[in-house]
Amino acid sequence: MKFGEVNWFRFAAAPRFYPLAGRLVPWFSVAAMLLGGMGLYLGLWRAPTDVQQGDAYRIIFVHVPAAWMSMVIYLAMAGWAGVGLVFNSRLSSMMACALAPTGALMTFLALWTGALWGKPTWGTWWVWDARLTSELLLLFLYIGFMSLHASIDDQRRADRAAGLLALVGVVNVPIIYFSVKWWNTLHQGASITFTKAPSMATPMLLAMLVMALAFWMYCIAVTLVRVRVLMLEREGHTDWARRAVGAA
Amino acid sequence: MTWTTWSDFWAMGGYGLYVWGSLGVCALALIVEVMLLDHRRRASFQRIRNTEAGDGGEFGS
Repeated sequence: MKFGEVNWFRFAAAPRFYPLAGRLVPWFSVAAMLLGGMGLYLGLWRAPTDVQQGDAYRIIFVHVPAAWMSMVIYLAMAGWAGVGLVFNSRLSSMMACALAPTGALMTFLALWTGALWGKPTWGTWWVWDARLTSELLLLFLYIGFMSLHASIDDQRRADRAAGLLALVGVVNVPIIYFSVKWWNTLHQGASITFTKAPSMATPMLLAMLVMALAFWMYCIAVTLVRVRVLMLEREGHTDWARRAVGAA
Repeated sequence: MTWTTWSDFWAMGGYGLYVWGSLGVCALALIVEVMLLDHRRRASFQRIRNTEAGDGGEFGS
């Protein structure tokens, strides 16, 4: 590539995005901590004991936010991967890579808390029903995305291959979401839907929504930090990256 | 207020193991993720600082 043919537009994104993301991180981190503290207070202290499930239901305050984020992050990851594939933009693919580990973690937490909730209420840690199995598949999709990306040395080829996998796997997300409607399952239906009023008592609902917001803020903060690290790892040789770490 | 004593709170109506097992692992997972990420961030800072300009990069020798 001759010097004059360098696509400066493509490089312009990183030096601008890096400091912008850095400025946003503290805000999202503080919001996550404040909302998390508030959500735990509301959920563990203020919300009353459930008539049917006793206090076991309080697992909902981490289970549902983690499960929501596991799906939301996958959609975001596939979206960025798709943008990266279509426009060949490196930053988009880095966003997809930055989202994957947190998405995998949220999926694991949804499964873990689900097992701990299932044992006292259903009498079993695990059943191979549609909701649980499709959520497990989501975990494997995240792991597959990360492994495939890590196994290809050429970053751009890795972005494309893993991006394609992310896009194919996106069909799993509506399957998870609607699984409790489409198949018979032990898993309860959605307490909150887009069409009906929530079937939850107000203090419980409030605590859950605050916790969900806290998870959102946490995931955004962590993803922004990770995408900055990825930018440094991949473009550490460039002038802007050297300036960013005070090496030039 | 739901609880009258602290031991009530920790017992969670007999579901303490499940409730605290969920919350504890969530808290631990988030803390570990943040710590690992911070470690990785410092490592990449150090790597760039230790590299001379134009050294080792795709534009370098």
